[in-house]
Formats: sequence, C-alpha cells, structure tokens
Amino acid sequence: MNNNLIPLNQLPTGSSGRVKMLTAKGLIRRRLLDLGLINNTIITSLMRSPSGDPTAYEIRGTVIALRIEEASKILVESI
Amino acid sequence: MGLTNQSTGIGTLKEMFELDIKSSDGIVLALAGNPNTGKTTIFNSLTGLNQHTGNWPGKTVTNAQGNYSYLNQKYVLVDLPGTYSLLANSVEEQVARDFICFGNPNVTIVVADAICLERNLNLVLQVMEISNNVILCVNLMDEARRKKINIDLEKLSALLGIPVVGTSARSGEGLVELKEIIRKVAYGEINPKPINVKYNKIIEDYIKEMEPTIQENFDDKVKSRWIALHLIDSYHPVSEFHIDNANIQLINNNLLKVKSNILQSKFESEYLSTEKFNDLIVSNIVEHAEYISNQVVSINNKTYNNFDRKIDNILTSKILGIPVMIALLGFIFWLTIEGANYPSKLLSYFFTSLELKLSDILIWIKVPLWLHDMLVLGIFRTLGWVVSVMLPPMAIFFPLFTLLEDLGYLPRIAFNLDYYFKKACAHGKQALTMCMGFGCNAAGVIGCRIIDSPRERLIATITNNFVPCNGRFPTLIALATIFIAGDRENYISIIAALTILFAIITSVFITLIISKLLSVTVLKGLPSSFTLELPPYRKPQIGKIIVHSIFDRSLFVLGRAVSVAAPAGLIIWFLANITIGEISLITYIAQILNPFASLIGLDGYILLSFILGLPANEIVIPILIMSYMSTGSIMELSNLEEMKLLFVENGWTWLTAVCVMIFSLNHWPCGTTLWTIKKETQSWKWTFISFLLPTIVGIILCFIVAQGVPLIMN
Repeated sequence: MNNNLIPLNQLPTGSSGRVKMLTAKGLIRRRLLDLGLINNTIITSLMRSPSGDPTAYEIRGTVIALRIEEASKILVESI
Repeated sequence: MGLTNQSTGIGTLKEMFELDIKSSDGIVLALAGNPNTGKTTIFNSLTGLNQHTGNWPGKTVTNAQGNYSYLNQKYVLVDLPGTYSLLANSVEEQVARDFICFGNPNVTIVVADAICLERNLNLVLQVMEISNNVILCVNLMDEARRKKINIDLEKLSALLGIPVVGTSARSGEGLVELKEIIRKVAYGEINPKPINVKYNKIIEDYIKEMEPTIQENFDDKVKSRWIALHLIDSYHPVSEFHIDNANIQLINNNLLKVKSNILQSKFESEYLSTEKFNDLIVSNIVEHAEYISNQVVSINNKTYNNFDRKIDNILTSKILGIPVMIALLGFIFWLTIEGANYPSKLLSYFFTSLELKLSDILIWIKVPLWLHDMLVLGIFRTLGWVVSVMLPPMAIFFPLFTLLEDLGYLPRIAFNLDYYFKKACAHGKQALTMCMGFGCNAAGVIGCRIIDSPRERLIATITNNFVPCNGRFPTLIALATIFIAGDRENYISIIAALTILFAIITSVFITLIISKLLSVTVLKGLPSSFTLELPPYRKPQIGKIIVHSIFDRSLFVLGRAVSVAAPAGLIIWFLANITIGEISLITYIAQILNPFASLIGLDGYILLSFILGLPANEIVIPILIMSYMSTGSIMELSNLEEMKLLFVENGWTWLTAVCVMIFSLNHWPCGTTLWTIKKETQSWKWTFISFLLPTIVGIILCFIVAQGVPLIMN
C-alpha cells in the first residue's frame, strides 16, 4: 500500500487530492462511486461545517458534504 | 419489531406508485433526473400543475402524475423521484428504476442540470441502457449562460445517440421544442439509437455469454444487455427487485439463474470478485460520462462558482454559520410579526362590518333567532377571526421562507446542523424534513421518505411534530406579542420575535434529545451513511415565489383552517348553549379537566381547546376564545388587546401564556399528521408512539415550569 495515501478527512481545506482507493463496502461504496469518486478523480476539500464535521467537497463540479465516517473511507493522494 | 423496508417505506412508495395508466389514456412519459435539476419545474410547466419546488435535493419524494395535450394528443407525464443513479438501492431509486423498466413508458425524459452535466450524465447513460426511447433535456441553460458555461448540444446528441433539448424551464425556454421532440419520438418519427457504454473486456465477454439466453426468455421491453449486467449485481439482483412484476418473472427462471451463477463464479475465480466487477461497471460509466462531458462542455470562466464559495464561507463558517442562521430566522419572524399587524386590523375591521350586514340580511329574511345566532355568532365570527389573525402572518412568512428555499439555503442549514443530528444518531437529512415541518408536519412526515434507513426514517417521522407547523405559529405569535412582549411599546415586535426564536431553538433541541433517546432505546442503531449535495445558489424568482406561496400554501392552510374551524365553531356553540343544570356543557367538561390542567399551568378550557383542536392546530385559540365567552360566542374581539383582556379576565398570567406556548409546541400531532404517520409507517404502534411522546414531553415541561417558576419567584 502506498504510504502517500491519506484519508480524505485529513485533506486540509482548500487543497485537492486524487482518489486512489475506497475502503468502504457495500452500499456506501456504491454511493461514493455513483458520485463519481472513481480512481484518479480529483476532489477538493472546500469547507467544514461550524462543528468541524461534515465537510463539503467539490467532486466533478458538484459540492457534496460527507461525514467523517464516509470521508475516512476514501483514500486520496495529496496534490 | 417488524422494522423492514416493506413496513416503513417502500411499501408505501410502491402503493403511491401504482399508477393506473392505461394506454388509452395517452402516451406515457417518464420524467427522470438527478435531484434538484428543475425536474419538477419542467413537470409543472408541461402539465400546468403546481407541484411545490425548492432548491434542495429530494424535494420530490412522492410521484406526481399530470397530463398535457399537444397537437390533439394526450400525454401522461409521470414525475419520478430524483436519483443520482439507478444502481444503488434507495427507495427512490427502486421506484424510478422499476417504473422505467416495467411501467412501460413510451418515452423517458431525463432532465439534467447544465451546470454539472458530467455528474448528470451518469444517470442518462444508465437510463439509456434500459430503454431506447430516451430524450435528454438539459435544463437550467440560463444559469449555465450566466456562469459562462457552454454546452454543445448537437455534439452531445451525437455522442449519446439520443435527442437532446436545451431548456430553461423557469422562463419557459425550450419547452415547445421539448414537446415536439417528445411527439416525434413517441410517434417513431425519431428513433433514438443510444450508444452503449463500452465496458471493460471482462464485462463485455460476460454480457456476450448471457445475452442469448436472456433474449430467448424475454420480450424486448427491457434490453437484454442491461438484464445481463444486473444479474450479477451483488446488491440487488434484478430478480429481486421486481418480484411482484407479472410481466417478467426472472426469479422463476431457473435456467437463467443457474447460468448467471455459473458465469459469476467463473468470472470470480478467473478475474475478480463481484465487488470489483461492480466497481468496474460503475467506473466505466463514470469514465464515459467524463469523456462525453469533456467533449461538449466548455467553461469560459473557470471561477464561475467562486461567488457561491464566498457566500458559503460566511453562511457555514465556524464562527458565523450558526449565528447567521439564527439571526436570519429571527429576522423573518420579526418581519412577519411587524408586517402582519396592520393588515390583520384591516381584515378584522372588514369582517366585523360584514358580520353586521350578514346579520341584517338573516334577520330580514326572517330566519329563526337560534339559527341566526348559530350562523353569525357561531360560525362566521370564528371564521373571521381565523382569517384575520392567520392570513397576514402566513402571507408574509411563507414567501420569505420559500425565498430561502429557492435560494438554496436549506441544504446549508442541514450542513450546519448535521453534526448535532449525527450525535443524536439521526440522519443528516432529518434537518431538511424538520424544515418541511415548519410548513406542515404532515408534509414533513411525507418528506421523511428522503431518508433511506428505516430506523432513521422512523426517528424523523416521530420527532417531526416537535417543530411548530404554521398552524401553531399564529398561536405562538399572538401569545408572544400580548403576554411576553406586553406593554413594552416600542419593542413589541422584537421581543415577540425573540420569544418565538427561542421557542424554535428549544424545539430543535427537544427534537435532538428525543431522537437520541429513541436511538438508545426502541430504535437502537448507529447513524447510516449519507451524502448531502449543496446545490449552487440560484437567483430566486420573486414573482413566482409570492404567487405560489400565497396561493398554494397560505390559502391551502387557511382553507383547511376554515373548513375545520367552521364545524368546530358549530360544536362549540352547541356545547356552550346546552346546559346541564345551571352550567353549560362546555363549562361542565372544563371543570372535569381543570384539576389536571391546573397542575401543568393550564386550565380546563385550555386543555379542552387543545383536545377539540385535534383536527387542526389552527383552531385551538379560536375554540378557546369561544369557550371563554360563556354566552356562547366571540364578542367584539377585533384585536389582540381585547384578546389579552379576555384571557386576563379568565385568570391568565404570563406564566399561563408560557405554559400554553410550551404545550402548543409539545402535544399530540394534529389529525392529518397522525393519519399521515399511520399511512407512512403502516403501523398503529408507531402512530401511537408519535402521539404519546410529544404529549408526555409537553406535560412534563409544563409541569416543571408551572410548579417550578412560582417556587423560584417566591
């Protein structure tokens, strides 16, 4: 496994990452894929909600909020 | 506890969706699309119906059906729930997929958002796999132009192999063209030839092996390629999701099952797991969508959504996010209270003079005195009161609230509050259903369908009643104005608005606490996954908002209030005029209730009004007023000042008002809401719990306040 990979929730706001792996299973995995989070998709962390969770991400031109539980199952390579 | 999909949602949705469409009715069109793409606006523009729209995903949870005629041909349009995909397994997706597959629509129109076409193409490509007669409608072209996003529609059409129409449904642009294309496809003048997603070789091999068997067994209503693809799907084999469907009974087709199983294990052993196989399918579709999007979309202004980000950074910021939200809500309440004053007086004056005329006419045509009293003093006066007190605040509050909705602020509220809902082990979208509850709890309960997990849907359903619907706002506003704000001349509206704001915040807290309580007791479980789209802010259509919120919402609520208040007025009149011994029946009942009511800071009449107000919360205060007038009807009660006098005469203090407000916020849901809960949950048990829970909370809170405050004060 690549050591440069970090879970999406650790991506600082304002920076972008490239999706490398989903560790989610079943329906959540399918949902994430449906949002377009396939290999090499670029994702940008936009802002955190007032309490720090969920975080809004830009994915393929859309803004999607993900809770830490889901975001931590998306491994990205920081770019 | 029977907490299955069947009992808590899908069953209901399916029931709602058993549309009785006969081919003789006309040409059947299915309207599919991602959530929040203006699908409902297209539906409304085509059919002339007024489905409520709002800039937040998941607005359409029930399926609407409407008709229109074009060139002497009748078309039946079915508005499917918005979905991002047909592959996952939420209720909405199942319903949409089943209808496209087995509802036999002549044409399926997929509505896509021009601003994020790529994401929308995912669904378009999936629908094209099911059916050939697909039209793509790229909506919100005006917003795209505003953001300098260009879309080459002709090239898009060529790349997809289906007709593509660009529209701006809100202004009507492109709708005639859309109707014409629909006609041509329906009549076979245009034969769309969808270009398939080219899958990875492994998958294509599999399809090739499966297709002949499928073709032998089925007619061509559903494409064999699609059936092949989804037979292998580990989450929802095709055979499962249309088990009821008489047309195609895959489940009974053992041959096919066996073959698919053999192939599946073959592929698993030779190449990859089912999960990877499925990943590949989705990835291939997404890649294909990306490829097409790159070919047809050109963005001239890369910073097009910077403005949205700037607004978001304020509205959802760590420091300002929640204060801005509260301030905005407070401002809306203030504007409602301040603005409603004058028109309320005017209306009340109007009804008083009308009442005199009505009375004159009735006397002139020589109706008996009892009938005159019953009609004028019983029914008409109550009606007049309801209209003049309720209409002005609603006519201000609804458009303002709709404005926030139209702008796209509600998903931001959900974003801001999600953390707390997660802590309560509830679903993030519960914040959205809660917002719907502010309009009408019954609507909020129906809205709970946007929540997939049955457990969390039940929590949202049961707790929806904790936020005040607009039937309760007038009560809160009136009491806050006369008792809490009282004599502080210059600040009445501000204090009243702050009081209501406080009440709302409290109700949100109670919602969270009760949700948590349910989560650790009868509805144990962890929060399920959820993704929430924060749509781009849209320019609101002020004119439409005003017209729609006044005519569709305000008058609807008012109509309900009036239709319930009129018979209630009649009953009250009877209760007050039938006497047992010395006292009227109403006083008799109130005296029975009084000992208990006093414990919780109310009195017998108040409690009786809440009980009689079961059909609709709107009529609690009118009933109370009528009850207090032991002579049997409202006297010259033309404004709030006189209402206060009446209440004070009957022993009210500010503490009574506080208790009434608390009880108004926390008591049984109205009849309509209860009926809706029964319908949605298919269970008397949950309906009863929904009835009991807020009532107990209300009684406890009122008891604490009524007994505790005097102790502290002394």
